[in-house]
Amino acid sequence: MAIFPPTKRVWWNEPVEKSEVLWIFIALIWALVMFFMMPYWHINGSQNLSNEAYRIRPEVFAKRTEEMAAKYKVGEEGDTGVPVVRPPAGSDVYMLGRLWEWWPVLELEKGQSYRLHLSSMDWMHGFSLQPENINLEIHPGYDMVLTVTPTSSGEFSVVCNEFCGIGHHTMVGKIHVVDK
Amino acid sequence: MSEHDSTHAGDGGSIPFMQKLLDSPFILLFIGVAMPTVIYIIWGVMEIVSIPVAP
Amino acid sequence: MAQFRTCPDTGFAIDLAADKLIKWNAVTAVVFLLVGGLFGILVALTRWPAVHLLDADLFYLALTAHGLDVLLVWIIFFEMALLYFTSSILLKTRLAAPWLGWVQYTLMLVGALITNVAVLQGESSVMFTSYVPMMAAPHFYLGVILFAVGALMGCVVFFSTLYIAKRDKTYEGSIPLVTFGAMTAAIIAVFTILAGAVILIPTFFWSLGFIGNIDTLMYRVIWWGLGHSSQQINVAAQIACWYAIAAILFGAKPLSEKVSRTAFLFYILFLQLASAHHILVDPGISSEWKIFNTSYALYLAVLGSMLHGLTVPGAVEAALRKKGYNRGLFEWLRKAPWGNPVFAGFALSVVLFGFLGGITGVMMGTEQLNIIIHNTLYVPGHFHGTVVVGTTLAFMAMAYWLVPVLWQKELVFPGLAKWQPYLFGLGMGLASIFMMGAGTLGVPRRHWDISFADAMMVHEFPAAAYMMMGLAGISGVIGGIGGGIFILNMVSTILFGKAKVPAPAAEEAPAAPIGGAATEYGSASTLEVPGTFVLALVFLTAFVLYYFVNWKYLASVWGMS
Repeated sequence: MAIFPPTKRVWWNEPVEKSEVLWIFIALIWALVMFFMMPYWHINGSQNLSNEAYRIRPEVFAKRTEEMAAKYKVGEEGDTGVPVVRPPAGSDVYMLGRLWEWWPVLELEKGQSYRLHLSSMDWMHGFSLQPENINLEIHPGYDMVLTVTPTSSGEFSVVCNEFCGIGHHTMVGKIHVVDK
Repeated sequence: MSEHDSTHAGDGGSIPFMQKLLDSPFILLFIGVAMPTVIYIIWGVMEIVSIPVAP
Repeated sequence: MAQFRTCPDTGFAIDLAADKLIKWNAVTAVVFLLVGGLFGILVALTRWPAVHLLDADLFYLALTAHGLDVLLVWIIFFEMALLYFTSSILLKTRLAAPWLGWVQYTLMLVGALITNVAVLQGESSVMFTSYVPMMAAPHFYLGVILFAVGALMGCVVFFSTLYIAKRDKTYEGSIPLVTFGAMTAAIIAVFTILAGAVILIPTFFWSLGFIGNIDTLMYRVIWWGLGHSSQQINVAAQIACWYAIAAILFGAKPLSEKVSRTAFLFYILFLQLASAHHILVDPGISSEWKIFNTSYALYLAVLGSMLHGLTVPGAVEAALRKKGYNRGLFEWLRKAPWGNPVFAGFALSVVLFGFLGGITGVMMGTEQLNIIIHNTLYVPGHFHGTVVVGTTLAFMAMAYWLVPVLWQKELVFPGLAKWQPYLFGLGMGLASIFMMGAGTLGVPRRHWDISFADAMMVHEFPAAAYMMMGLAGISGVIGGIGGGIFILNMVSTILFGKAKVPAPAAEEAPAAPIGGAATEYGSASTLEVPGTFVLALVFLTAFVLYYFVNWKYLASVWGMS
């Protein structure tokens, strides 16, 4: 019984029953399959994070974002006063999170790639692109870079899904994806 | 303890290395703390401090 | 000097000092389960869109308290009781340094109270994770630190008891498998607490103003060494309970000591690496670190879990077949005592933990797959599948045996006890499934209002997400009622239970004393366990299908590189 010491003094040498040996073998194979799926996807999959990141002071990141917004502003999002920015395909695109908004609104072209920079001005935020359901952790002081290629057009929302205080549930941004 | 029969066939002989290891709580405690400290924490902290400053 | 009493049910000599500590820790655990559970019901009633009970500030406060009280306080107090039980009582020895045990109890209680006060004062609604730079009141961190130091003292008492039992030769050969499982939990606990100290002590000084800044990435990596490993303590402790219950109810022997202990060794070596599950979409950390850590080093800890998944039900099958339930694949399962809450809780815990907690945990801990669920409601869905229907249910099953035995009292509501595991298990199991469903549709966790009524910009979640949230709320309340019935039964039994009539013959006691019903079969003569093997294959099939379905889902989202 498992609540008493093993009955045999040397239990390590006891043979293991067949179905248990078979299960160990099957489980080990499955473990290895799951392990190698991750490097495999880095080679053959299209959804990988680059892990490219830089330390950056929040005011520097804000300045870069504002410069981009001023340069490529094409309008405003409804009556919110938030600029809609359409940077050229392939360029560096910035979006910042702060209490409690994602800024600015981006307009991207379907099928084009952009170097997207994400960072927070204050607390932790969660970049959750809906309805795609792409979720990233956004830190203050770190510039997270990834190359994104929208594969569908329409209006997408950026919901905050890292708790950031009392206004957390009002923190929503937008990305528009347009056909060429 | 009637079921504890140390004269049982196959019970003799020396204790195998793996059984000795599994019978040593303090060695297990050491490796159980050392493994994640090195692989998770120390390696992880090294990753963080090696993040470059933005150009 | 240590004094002992003989347990009339089991024949164990029980050290009175250990007895008292086990009781106080277990009772305190149940009280905090009540407090945390009530906060949980408030959370469920708020996230149920049609009810939306609390205001935003109270919601975030209740959520913080819910996480702390059940995830940390209830579980760790109960684990302290288990550590003392599996060391002192199973090894038939006195508890080493009972005074240190009382230091453990006092520190943990004072710590838990201080943190609860901090949360209820309203200035510390920072969630269980308390990510910097959002700052809580200093005593919030202080309470958690005191609690952790107390738990560390409990581990010291446990290891010292192992040491004196070996020195005094109170047992022959190796420690029992259940004690080995508890030791695995204690080892993981030591790492957990050390990681917590490394990050929370500086955070405490930061909240006092002595330290200017805490790096957010550093905080998250080290904090999760505490946050996730603390849940791995539960896994090890809960599996030790599974083995204990199989032994107590059926006299079941492990199929193979070697396989079960090696599976625990995989936990000792690799389980804590899974703290990396939380860092998969953070900036700047290499894929090499992520892949090696998130996979627990080539999924060897998952291999360990899959072994326990076979050997625990396998031990039950072997024991019941030995008793003559030998027809077909599943006669042993049909004839099992489904009306006994100890068995029902145990069986549901094994199945629900595997299917709801285990499979989803591995899926979401895959480097790239994490992108499509990170911080959505899928995450709480997953851990209600592990820590609620896995650990909490296993501990409830254990309590249905332990409380009447230790207090020598009859259960006050045996009829309710019969139904309670099903009500709690199915309610919380469904809540877990619906949360995961909502998370798959993108619903964020820790979020007061997914209709964004006060927001400048609005996102419309699909109607199915609202339906899932409603169903999760209803199921959560049903599960909460199930939890309430457990607490009612335990508290009433301890306070008003009738004294137990000593069993007339030892054979009739559920846990027959040494030698009595213990079945004699070693690995060599072990009966085959075809029924369990078939069930294991069903589990594997579900696992493989679900895993690859999620890769397919990932392949459909925007390209990222």
